Amino acid sequence: MSLELEIQKRMGSFYLDVSLTAGEGVTGLLGASGCGKSMTLRCIAGILRPDRGRIVLNGRVLFDSERHIHLPPQQRRVGYLFQNYALFPNMTVEQNIACGLHGQWDRAARQKAVAEMIERMRLEGLERHRPHQLSGGQQQRVALARILVGQPELLLLDEPFSALDSYLREQLLTELRERLKEFEGPALLVTHSRDEAYELCSRLAIMEQGRLTACRDTREVFSDPGTCQAAVLTGCKNIAPARKAGEHLVEVPSWGVRLACAQPVREELQAVAIRAHYFGGSIEENAFPVRFVEEIEEPFAWILKFQYAGQDPASPPLWWRVSKGARPQTLPEVLGVSPVDVLPLYG
Amino acid sequence: MDLFPLWNSLRIAAIASVAVFFSGILLAYYVARLPRVLKGLLDVVLTLPLVLPPTVCGWFLLLIFGLNHPVGRWLKQWGFQFVMTWYGGVLAAAVVAFPLMYRTARGAFESFDETLAWSGKTLGLSNTYIFWRIRMPACRQGILAGAVLAFARALGEYGATSMLIGYTPGRTATISTTVYQLWRTNDDAGAVKWVLINLAISGVVLLTVNLLEKKQKEGGRRP
Repeated sequence: MSLELEIQKRMGSFYLDVSLTAGEGVTGLLGASGCGKSMTLRCIAGILRPDRGRIVLNGRVLFDSERHIHLPPQQRRVGYLFQNYALFPNMTVEQNIACGLHGQWDRAARQKAVAEMIERMRLEGLERHRPHQLSGGQQQRVALARILVGQPELLLLDEPFSALDSYLREQLLTELRERLKEFEGPALLVTHSRDEAYELCSRLAIMEQGRLTACRDTREVFSDPGTCQAAVLTGCKNIAPARKAGEHLVEVPSWGVRLACAQPVREELQAVAIRAHYFGGSIEENAFPVRFVEEIEEPFAWILKFQYAGQDPASPPLWWRVSKGARPQTLPEVLGVSPVDVLPLYG
Repeated sequence: MDLFPLWNSLRIAAIASVAVFFSGILLAYYVARLPRVLKGLLDVVLTLPLVLPPTVCGWFLLLIFGLNHPVGRWLKQWGFQFVMTWYGGVLAAAVVAFPLMYRTARGAFESFDETLAWSGKTLGLSNTYIFWRIRMPACRQGILAGAVLAFARALGEYGATSMLIGYTPGRTATISTTVYQLWRTNDDAGAVKWVLINLAISGVVLLTVNLLEKKQKEGGRRP
């Protein structure tokens, strides 16, 4: 069970050039809006036609520009969960789900499959409701039911939570994770939210301006983003240009410090990143005098903004995030960070 | 009282509306997906009858379907003559009413959420099914409004009709040409009767529109 794709497409001034191999489980495409994530999914589903390339799903060629193969979406067996769920407003829940079984002509079998899916998705009692009468979470379940009932070989999930309120999102995230576990086959999830990516995806690729980095283990991407874009998208707050100063030493001119780095530093180093919660007053490594400039209160944490003593005053302050219980009585004069948490970035 | 103009007007408007209904929807659907330049050009041509005075439309129709033009002569060979016949009135009414159907249908199609069609395709639904069972119902309100407007316009057509088919009592007379003719011949009593009939028809059309809209709203908010 796998999806292999390698496609190029130009749309106006935007150029999409993506290659990807995804096995079973959920693969995340993390990127800012407008980077080509949805366009990639549309190419895979057959809604858009790439200019060049190949798309192969479980050995089946869906698209091949050289052999002039371009299967219509109807023949691809690809389930697509749209951002707004795209439920048909004029049909009931039942009718919507039955649409996923259009090839099934046996009426009894169709009804049985729909009933089973309604039970599995906990939609009992809503059979005759129309989409606008459902809550966001119910709509998502109907959309998912409609897709899964047709037994697709690949799932495409386009920002599945962007239409929901944040409190619903957390609840549905867990729910969707369970559902995705039941699905045997590759799934691609497009998102700009690092939380969704971290919680749902086993593997992750970062997308930037139409290009995709290699897929890596999600935890690895978060612990060592490797590029500035990946660092930003995974939520790094402190990023500054840097250059190599030694085998395990980086120099950050705008911060006015040299930091020890656990990883061996390569020549082409461009920047370093430090996550906001990795600083500490009692860490002795990479400890430098600091000056606090601003405090921001969050529901469960403080963000303490500071600058290093030797920092260029014009450069933005660094963020230190402390959970409310762990905030020291008096703010430390020196902040350190472990060399493991100094992340080198290359591009 | 000779009720021929009523019957003639109704059959002209009915046939013209049906023709305009389907051609308007079809053209709206295909023009909406053309490249921009071609779309703009076709849009101008198809909307022109809305902007032109109906007499000018009638003049063009006379020019093309008159016997001095190859088209008119060719049709005559097949037994069709649009000048001075009742079905010429259908042509005149259809041409004048067409832009109303076309533009409202196009507006409805353009505001249609295309992801609905995409999701239908990925679910394996055929393009025909998607058009008739998803796109059309979603655009129903706009299309119905267009159809009613087109029917009302066809029923009230005067300018192009009088140019193309004139006024022959018992053959080409419609309500609107009859009103004019009766007024011209100082038959005020006769004119008033037809004016009243006209008012009644307009009232029925407007009531239908309101009922349709109400039904639409209720249908959308079922508990």
